[in-house]
Amino acid sequence: MIYYDKVTKVYNNGVPAVEDITLNIDPGEFVSIVGHSGAGKTTLLKMLFAEVRPTEGTVYFGSREIQHLSGRELLALRRNIGTVFQDFRLIPTKTVYENIAFALEVAGKSEDDIAADVPHVLELVGLADKLWSFPSELSGGEQQRIAIARAIVNQPDVLIADEPTGNLDPVNAHDVVEILKKINDLGTTVFLATHNKAVVDSVGRRVVTMDQGRVVRDDKSGKYML
Amino acid sequence: MSLWVNVKRVARYGLISFVRNGFVSLTAVLIMTITLFVVAFLMISGAALDATLKQLTEKVDVTVYFTTEATEGEITSMKTAIEALPEVAVVTYISREEALAVFRERHKGDRLTLQALDELGGNPLGASLEIRAKQTSQYESIATFLEAQQKSGGTAASIDKVNFFQNKTAIDRLTNIIETSRRIGIAVALVLGISTILIAFNTIRLAIYTARDEIGVMNIVGAGHWYVRGPFMVAGILYGLVSGLIVLLLLYPLTLWLGPGSERFFGSFNVFTYFIEAFPALFLIIVASGIGLGALSSYLAVRRYLHT
Repeated sequence: MIYYDKVTKVYNNGVPAVEDITLNIDPGEFVSIVGHSGAGKTTLLKMLFAEVRPTEGTVYFGSREIQHLSGRELLALRRNIGTVFQDFRLIPTKTVYENIAFALEVAGKSEDDIAADVPHVLELVGLADKLWSFPSELSGGEQQRIAIARAIVNQPDVLIADEPTGNLDPVNAHDVVEILKKINDLGTTVFLATHNKAVVDSVGRRVVTMDQGRVVRDDKSGKYML
Repeated sequence: MSLWVNVKRVARYGLISFVRNGFVSLTAVLIMTITLFVVAFLMISGAALDATLKQLTEKVDVTVYFTTEATEGEITSMKTAIEALPEVAVVTYISREEALAVFRERHKGDRLTLQALDELGGNPLGASLEIRAKQTSQYESIATFLEAQQKSGGTAASIDKVNFFQNKTAIDRLTNIIETSRRIGIAVALVLGISTILIAFNTIRLAIYTARDEIGVMNIVGAGHWYVRGPFMVAGILYGLVSGLIVLLLLYPLTLWLGPGSERFFGSFNVFTYFIEAFPALFLIIVASGIGLGALSSYLAVRRYLHT
């Protein structure tokens, strides 16, 4: 489903962020990318929704080469990939309802569908009562769960989570991981980047270890080892 | 999904953003109010300058005095020849009788002069043509034409004198003042206009800078460029619309207060009368400038953060 074919990314400083990476991810997999800060995890994830383009090599989503998609195709791809970040990236001037509705609106859903889907997905992340709150009125854990709700509301094929527990305490981190596992159980491919050992160990699925821009281990059912 | 649904959503988010980002909106509206006030000031002062210059220009003319022997036919053919000149705006014929009547009216308190006039018996005054040029700088060429006519003889031989050369210094000076005033007016308008537009543009750019992360999120969830840009442009349009209306509301009492003073200062130009008479044009220009500036500034500012 996702295939990195000999991918290298060199930023303007001349140092390769990722180097000669070949990686295949099958539909429905839960893959954790681990490594120290600067190992190239985020660059690898960003190439999947074309926020970063490879210097060499090709990234495939299905049979399509991501870096050769037209603007319109790229927007369609992004609607099919949910994204969750360490800093939540909710829109501060919109309510919880509006934040999630926005993802549905750009996907062309009707008002009726939006009114039905938003409460449903909020129930899934356990925040059905926060519909009309603003992000600033929520705790970090709650904000991250809203970000996950926004990422999955369009039922994407892939969910990308870049350090989703980085700003959370262990209890909230555990809750977020449980939600990600539940989403994966429902059939969504989850691509998680983290350097949190407890998170990786609790997931207990495939672990890809990166170091200095290269993949150094790829364990089918691994643990965090560095 | 229909375009109309998208337009409604964009308009709603623009309005919501305008209301919820109250402080940012207030700052943008205040700066744009100042900008549009400058636009209004430039329009009104431009009109005042034009009116004053026009009034001064109307006081200038070249008069051709004919000898008392000149026949009406000679004068009429001269009038036709002058009217054919492209520089000439209007030619007024003052007959000998009218000239006498004007002279008597002007000296009606001066018994000695009137007595002297009566003693002369007939009408000593010749007919004249008052020539008004389209621009003050054109008087010289008209006068040169008349001089050439006078020298060439024929009907023009009945010209007694052309008063341009007596007034030449005053006309030249006035021409210079008018040209300089126009140039200074344009320069001041350009400098003030460009400065305030840049300040307003930068204020909106700063307002959008605070929302750059928001724009980044919209990009990542797959929103099209116009869907991201739309609400910011609607908010920009609202800044312009509200500012324009504030300026027009403030101008009413301000021009009412300045009206009598402006009439005394400029002669016949009353700033309040101008405001009322030119209100439709002022309304259109100020509100359209506000809306255009707000929408364009937002469009350009958001473009910086849009990347596919």
